Amino acid sequence: MKIHEFQAKELFDKAGVAVLQHRVATSPEQAADAFVDLGAPVAVVKAQIHAGGRGKGTTIENPDQHGVQLVKSAEEARAVATNLLGNTLVTIQTGPEGKVVNQVLIEEGCNIARELYLGIVLDRARKMPVLMCSTEGGMDIETVAEETPELIFKEHFDPHFGLQGFQVRKLCSELGITGASIRSADKFMRTLCNLYVELDCSLAEINPLVVTGEGELVALDAKISFDSNAMYRQNAIAEYRDLSEEEPTEIRAGEAGLSYIKLDGNIACLVNGAGLAMSTMDIIKLHGGEPANFLDVGGGADKSQVTEAFRILLSDPNVKAVLVNIFGGIARCSTIAEAIVAASKEVGFEVPLVVRLEGTEVEEGRRILEESDVEIITATDLTDAATKVCAAIGA
Amino acid sequence: MSILINKDTKVICQGITGGAGTFHTRGCRDYGTQMVGGVTPGKGGQDVDGIPVFDTVKEAVQATSANATMIFVPAPFTADAILEAVDAGIHTIAAITEGVPVLDMVRVYEVIRESGSTLIGPNCPGLITPGECKIGIMPGYIHTPGTVGIMSRSGTLTYEAVWQTSNVGLGQSTCVGLGGDPIVGTSFIDLFKLYEEDPQTEAIMMIGEIGGTAEEEAAAYVADHVTKPVAAFIAGRTAPPGKRMGHAGAIISGGKGTAAEKVKALEAAGIEVAESPADMGTALQRAIAKISTE
Repeated sequence: MKIHEFQAKELFDKAGVAVLQHRVATSPEQAADAFVDLGAPVAVVKAQIHAGGRGKGTTIENPDQHGVQLVKSAEEARAVATNLLGNTLVTIQTGPEGKVVNQVLIEEGCNIARELYLGIVLDRARKMPVLMCSTEGGMDIETVAEETPELIFKEHFDPHFGLQGFQVRKLCSELGITGASIRSADKFMRTLCNLYVELDCSLAEINPLVVTGEGELVALDAKISFDSNAMYRQNAIAEYRDLSEEEPTEIRAGEAGLSYIKLDGNIACLVNGAGLAMSTMDIIKLHGGEPANFLDVGGGADKSQVTEAFRILLSDPNVKAVLVNIFGGIARCSTIAEAIVAASKEVGFEVPLVVRLEGTEVEEGRRILEESDVEIITATDLTDAATKVCAAIGA
Repeated sequence: MSILINKDTKVICQGITGGAGTFHTRGCRDYGTQMVGGVTPGKGGQDVDGIPVFDTVKEAVQATSANATMIFVPAPFTADAILEAVDAGIHTIAAITEGVPVLDMVRVYEVIRESGSTLIGPNCPGLITPGECKIGIMPGYIHTPGTVGIMSRSGTLTYEAVWQTSNVGLGQSTCVGLGGDPIVGTSFIDLFKLYEEDPQTEAIMMIGEIGGTAEEEAAAYVADHVTKPVAAFIAGRTAPPGKRMGHAGAIISGGKGTAAEKVKALEAAGIEVAESPADMGTALQRAIAKISTE
């Protein structure tokens, strides 16, 4: 689960990770007031969306307007907020459709001596969280990893014990942090590592992390995402979820207990199991088609869930055909077949429907479909299914 | 022979009185597994279809000599259940539960690594030695006793591989669902070691997916240590980056964990990679033919 920068900074502030003075505004008036309230000679207005690359990104409505802008007066703050709020920001991470800006962050300027990078992720190979730092602050860290990996420094830490003091000192030495700044780095890094563990984060990234002219470490940006599986014990974090940032059909699918991701193609697929669902997308592509979605109905899906799945698939106007691929294990083919019949009665299939059933109660499932009046193209195996669904749309 | 479990394995179910626990305990017993007991705290002394229920794993082990367990307890309690099984000296632990917080698994893994127990999962279908012992939720009837070891990060895709290997006339020695989470108890490499040593296993099928680097690490291991024919399939060639594809572990993040990188590493290690999920069985046949002509 992702949250906004201003929410991440709220968590940082509470935990004792240094951030600059800031305010959140949802109207140009609030933005102007915030500038006055901060009382700084310069401030930065930052669009709040769940995507990076905001500084270089521009709005669809006005390509001169970037997502992050420097302002020197309340009037400038008001003008920038007017240009961002309610408009759609396109960055390298949003896709061409962009994201609507509903809030802006107004933050005091600071005296920047150096810009560094700091990120915490789970190292799956080592099975531990790892703190990564780099001297190349403000750069895309993937590019740094690709081109100058020697400029990235890593320290793994045990969630029980947290990051140790000597690890901070090692990193400081590698990053060229000296003198009194070492003490600031110690508090900053260790507090952040503790926050990562306590709040069940899956990513905590600060890019850039600034060393100020006064030698203090401050988080200029803040990006956190959380382990969705741990939200049951992070009620305060769950409150931060912003549904307007998510695909409406994905929210609807989530509520029905389905795992659905919208894609750009025109062949919808309904599958049981995540691996088989990915493979079904792959085989569609291999036969010249483009999948419209990922959909895993799961093992325990009942008739109403599967029917809802069909409603979601068919609500996508791009969809020109549907492929159902079920290998019944826990999921029974008969349940899927009943849902196909029910969905057909309720929403109607106006596009070709290719069905491949195998596994638990396959005979019963096939019988239900044969005895119904739903028009179905039956497939015998994966290749047959992919060939037939691609042929059905002339791909 | 087989790996990890066989006809002598004595199995308990942690969470036996829950809906899924009861249902799959019956399924495993009907398949022929020795289901000797179950555990639900506070329900000790009861029974499920005559299978005794205990309050603790320790009591269950003392009374039944169980050496394997399948865990169906809810996700918030799964780490605790795994640690309880380790503490009781259970040899093979299959955690079926989906949705365990990843930091719980960081802590559990530290214990597992130092213990004599093998943890399969979490978020997995379990494991099966066809005709002998089924621990988990897979449909037993699609399996045939035979010579192929199958391991996978995905459940239903494993069924597909089982089906295809059965259809080309090869049965399975032991099939293991490793689980779809970022941190799981057993890796491809752990099982390559066991399959390589197992006389019944003559060929190995590994099914990976996007996310992490487990397949790349396995490829390097195979190149140096595995003499038996190996075939592989990687799911998610068309998956978009940054999206969690159903499994918590199936995500391309920071440009890493793509199917293309994995396929490249596997092929470089001489592994026969199936282009299509429909070709897993035939890829295995090709791998076997390649080894026997060498």
